[in-house]
Amino acid sequence: MSYIKTLMNGEQSIFNPRKLTPMQRITLRFVVVGVLYYGLAAIEGMIMRIYQIEPITFLGSDHYFAILTAHPLVGIFGSTYLIVFGAFLFVVPFMMKKPLWSIKLANATFWLITIGTFVFWFSGFLTHYAPLYTLYWPLPADFNQFDPLSGAFFITGIAIVMLGTVFFVINIFKTIAYTPEGWEKQPSGALLADAIGYSGLRNMFRKKTKQKEHLVDIPVAAIARGTVDTALNAGIILFTGVLILVYMVAAIMGYDLKTTVIDALLYKNWFWWGLDLIADGLVLIFVAGTWYLLAMMITGRKIFMQNIARAALLVELIVSWTVWSHHLLSDQAQPGILKIISGEFVTAFELITQGLAFFVTLATLWLARPLKMTNELKFLLGGLLGFGLAVPAGIMQADIGLNRILHNTQWIMGPHVHVAILVGLTMTLYAAIYLLFPIVTNGAKLYSQKLANFHFWAHLIGGIGMGAFMGMAGLQGMLRRTIYYEGEFNLYMILAGICGLLLLLAFFAFLYNIIMSVGINGLLGIFRPSPNKTKDLLPAETE
Amino acid sequence: MTDSSLVLYGQTIAYTCYAIVIILVIAWFGFVVTRKGKGNKVSKTLFYSFVTMLVILGVSLHIVTFNTIPWVSMDLDRKNIQADQVFDITMENHQFILPQEKFVINCGEKVMFNVTSNDLTYGFGLFRKDNSMMFQMQVVPGHVNDILWEFNENGIYTIRSTEYSGPKGHQMIIKDVVHVIGCE
Ligand code: HEM
Repeated sequence: MSYIKTLMNGEQSIFNPRKLTPMQRITLRFVVVGVLYYGLAAIEGMIMRIYQIEPITFLGSDHYFAILTAHPLVGIFGSTYLIVFGAFLFVVPFMMKKPLWSIKLANATFWLITIGTFVFWFSGFLTHYAPLYTLYWPLPADFNQFDPLSGAFFITGIAIVMLGTVFFVINIFKTIAYTPEGWEKQPSGALLADAIGYSGLRNMFRKKTKQKEHLVDIPVAAIARGTVDTALNAGIILFTGVLILVYMVAAIMGYDLKTTVIDALLYKNWFWWGLDLIADGLVLIFVAGTWYLLAMMITGRKIFMQNIARAALLVELIVSWTVWSHHLLSDQAQPGILKIISGEFVTAFELITQGLAFFVTLATLWLARPLKMTNELKFLLGGLLGFGLAVPAGIMQADIGLNRILHNTQWIMGPHVHVAILVGLTMTLYAAIYLLFPIVTNGAKLYSQKLANFHFWAHLIGGIGMGAFMGMAGLQGMLRRTIYYEGEFNLYMILAGICGLLLLLAFFAFLYNIIMSVGINGLLGIFRPSPNKTKDLLPAETE
Repeated sequence: MTDSSLVLYGQTIAYTCYAIVIILVIAWFGFVVTRKGKGNKVSKTLFYSFVTMLVILGVSLHIVTFNTIPWVSMDLDRKNIQADQVFDITMENHQFILPQEKFVINCGEKVMFNVTSNDLTYGFGLFRKDNSMMFQMQVVPGHVNDILWEFNENGIYTIRSTEYSGPKGHQMIIKDVVHVIGCE
């Protein structure tokens, strides 16, 4: 009976959704749906893992590639965007000690991303539209292989996600700069300058006595910096989406627009410029910001060498705009000079900026010794290790010589992409979830520490192991985006499959732990309208 | 020219060693950060040395590979290098269209593969008998996609598209097309 009670009402029946403020409620919605979409991406990943051991006969290759198209998009937009946006829409007002600019807009972001993700996933599931996330021209408009109507639904789903993203960007910058009702006028310009890292840069050239006090904390600065890239990226994806939609609508109406009008290489440059803002701008910077936030909250101290860390965020802004050519090192028509400067040398700066964030975070933790090995600290160390492994792997493949033998192999997908995303990014996000959990739930208790420990080890070993075995297969010549029918790389694929299974088990352990902590009633409760209308982040009595 | 498998071997050793070290460093850090330690200080010199090391590593990697991996300078300068043989290959409708059935290359020859796509973006790669990859490039429609390679080992190689071009293109393979002969 008490098991059923815990299942319905959560651990010790502490969690009460009626007491949540609208801000807590919306944050929880973002995180819960984001976690569920992570589960969907992981299940899709596991289906592909099985397929790579033994192509499943009832699932045709068309369906495999539809999964391969949806999987990273569900992972990035449905999961990462939702969790990150939800957390940041809470953290920015939390750190700035003022209300979010618009809760309505935050709700709109939540619904648009949730629905948009469902729309593109479902249309891919039903119709097998499969141009993959890179959308190399003219594949997305190749109507010999894909039906234009299904493609139009798919692209519309992505466009809906991007609209939600634009609303997030507006909300973040407005929250940093605006003056809440009844407050003294806020210095909007100075706040924004500090947020994007300009003041940190100036402080580096001022004497210690003349250095200006920072107006925003460093995690907010990192969030603002990453949000610039998010905005640019949304612009590029929206623009490209509209372009593809034009071809689709024309095809539906019976016109055959010439695809050769668009230069495939130029298109690849601009699209990768935009996509790379997710990978090298947004992910690296948002992650650095989250590391700083975690380190500050775990230790209760300021960040070590914070002026340099702030300036590095600004440098990363420029770097992230100029590294895209490392994705075109195997494109022979791409000018050599772009390959060398943008592809190799500017990209090498990512080793420096990310290495710096890595060091600064570790140093901040070190200075607060002895620390308790909490869940957030454990997962933070896992996240740091993930990037410690994946960034150098990326730097290696961003070399003209090595790219010739690594590009489009499983090496890129394993030690670089999945280790960065699953170990680096996801473990950092889990750290933030474990840290913010008691704050946004008004002190709900975690159901089982044993499950949290299992979650940690299974995810860490599964993530690194899967990356390693994919990498080994890649070094032996196994391509990405390819089905092997003769078991050519079976040994590695079986081992990667076991690690994939560990990742999936880790996810279910986490999900179960969270459900048992807040209860099914609690979980459903966060989707009901809020009985209290305050703009405060936390209810009065817990503040 | 050094075989690409040797470069991969070197890379595997280097990265594996690095991965073990960084895992151990984080494990050690996780252990000591929970204990009381003497001198809770992090010197700025350590910080600046670390950043300097990253700069040196990031930049020197490319200088080292430029000087040690033979195909890099050849690739960047390929317009000025006379090829011993040129093979013009077309890709269209998820098919390779080859100028001849078999490409026979004599040991030590520099060969230009000039690949044109008439519709989609494809890839072009050469694979050994054990499925490992010798090299690859992207094949973008409307552009010249050429790669110069020097062959110094006997072998029979398979051509395969290395880029996804839609579900119809996922098995673009022509087995045993390239034959390198005459090496000791
Ligand atoms: C948790 C378990 C996961 C498993 C088992 C898994 C497995 C896989 C597999 C088997 C592939 C196909 C590789 C190939 O081309 O042969 C793949 C591709 C990919 N995955 Fe995952 N994955 C997981 C999670 C994620 C998540 C959460 C994300 C993003 C946030 C992600 C991003 C990607 C990307 C970007 C690709 C490349 C797609 C392409 O080539 O177009 N994965 N994954």
